[in-house]
Amino acid sequence: MKSALEIAAAVRSGQSALVAVEESLTAIRARNEELNVFLYVDEDGARAAAARVDEQVRRGEDPGLLAGVPIALKDNLCTTGIPTTCSSKILEGWQPPYNATVVDRLVAQGAISMGKTNLDEFAMGSSTENSAFGPTRNPLDPSRVPGGSSGGSAAAVASNMTPISLGSDTGGSIRQPAALCGLVGVKPTYGLVSRYGLIAFASSLDQIGPFANSVTDAALLLEAIAGHDPLDSTSLPEPTPSLLAHVNDGVAGKRIGLVRELVDGADEDVVRAVNKAVATLKDAGAIIVELSMPELHLGLSAYYLIAPAEASSNLARFDGVRFGNRVDGEDVTAMMEATRTAGFGAEVKRRIMLGTYALSAGYFDAYYGQALKVRTRMIEAFAAAYQQVDMIIGATTPSVAFAFGSKTNDPMAMYLNDVFTIPTNLAGEAAISVPFGTGEANLPVGVQLLGPGRSEARLFAAARVLEIADGRA
Amino acid sequence: MTEPLSRDDVAHVAKLARLRLTEDELIRYTEQLGKILVHAQDLSSLDLHGVAPTAHPFGLINVVRSDEVRASLDPAPVLAQAPDVEDGRFAVPRIVGEAP
Repeated sequence: MKSALEIAAAVRSGQSALVAVEESLTAIRARNEELNVFLYVDEDGARAAAARVDEQVRRGEDPGLLAGVPIALKDNLCTTGIPTTCSSKILEGWQPPYNATVVDRLVAQGAISMGKTNLDEFAMGSSTENSAFGPTRNPLDPSRVPGGSSGGSAAAVASNMTPISLGSDTGGSIRQPAALCGLVGVKPTYGLVSRYGLIAFASSLDQIGPFANSVTDAALLLEAIAGHDPLDSTSLPEPTPSLLAHVNDGVAGKRIGLVRELVDGADEDVVRAVNKAVATLKDAGAIIVELSMPELHLGLSAYYLIAPAEASSNLARFDGVRFGNRVDGEDVTAMMEATRTAGFGAEVKRRIMLGTYALSAGYFDAYYGQALKVRTRMIEAFAAAYQQVDMIIGATTPSVAFAFGSKTNDPMAMYLNDVFTIPTNLAGEAAISVPFGTGEANLPVGVQLLGPGRSEARLFAAARVLEIADGRA
Repeated sequence: MTEPLSRDDVAHVAKLARLRLTEDELIRYTEQLGKILVHAQDLSSLDLHGVAPTAHPFGLINVVRSDEVRASLDPAPVLAQAPDVEDGRFAVPRIVGEAP
């Protein structure tokens, strides 16, 4: 499949948008049953949207940055007219009465939504094994997980069903599946992309971001969806940054911190890839500075108190009253208990209970309160690091894609997958995972580049240096 | 820091969260949540005395829009997605019991 940039250019110069849409539908038909990528394929909607883009081109109007580009949407993004489930039985069959802002922006830029992709229920997980509608398989090795929680959106791009897709990243849910599927994945600065219409998991951490085969396509997609939105009060009141124009800026003279805590504990093949990436960036003119940030080790514990605490509050709205499914009961409390007990899966219940406990009287100070202080220290540690360096490099994940079932019985083992990605979410900053080399079983390894808030252009430029050195572009 | 939670704690938390657990689930969640909370005790390794908590990366401030009448969602499609509706309102089972 062509890149998003190539498709948009072809459509703008007169090629029918249906060409790429039909190619996408063919790819979906070929492997969706095997991989369980899409929960809903919007065949009619995609064709109708393609016809509208063609009509715009015929009238001489500019259909936008993503003219005729097929895109897959994680099924926690609200879309009118088609279902949004969060991969939960509690929302099965629900059709949102409004679009997420990112969905409206994609339409305004000419993109064609092909449908909704599988995720860990309510975005809680690192393998897509927590979906109520079955796991998604890794297109590169179907015996392994694609990562999560945005596993469906990653698999859509990795299996060439769409050139780009959207996920959401609360603790690594874009970067980790990007690493496991050999893609570029971006967790933008908190507030850069509107969260309006993203079904909330942990509101102070959630951020929507792109998956793509290349740095250029990821920059293009982020540029198309970024920018202030009055419907999200946490949206940064700033104009859309220029990203695509800077992907070839390189790293000459840039100071890059190699942080020990973002590599320690990773498998040997992952460490090797990070070291090679460091050498590549140095050859390209970057100055490498070795750093230690001991606070990062505490990110995992802080995250697994803060995120469940926010989730326990956010998911209180699923009570069988205004939307979603209901299981009847003799009074309203019995109805709510029956609805939530039948509607939520095991991991969602686990996190709701963990969060409720961390916030409950007598334990608040010991757990949630303590975690918020660690968050302060983490932000200070990053701020101190960025006095010395322009960006930080480390691993995205401790290992390459792992086998199904290998971590499902031990929540803590699963949570450890997020150890390198969580700190960025706690600090509200930006990070990107870029594939660099291969590890065990010839599977891709992701290298992570982290920067302060609003440093996306710089991160894309460094990721592009690695992508070129890796022979991927 | 406190000891990890008991089976009764889990039962209490489930009740607060409006979840019903089977006996097996109670046992399993007590063990799993305990393990996570034990891991969380590493937070006390850092001296956090006098550190201000951060609930939000940018320190939220109130954002208000101008006080103008604007269109909101049409009630019909919203109610169409509700489990039960009566006279244009969300309907729920009995909330208050009969008078004694």
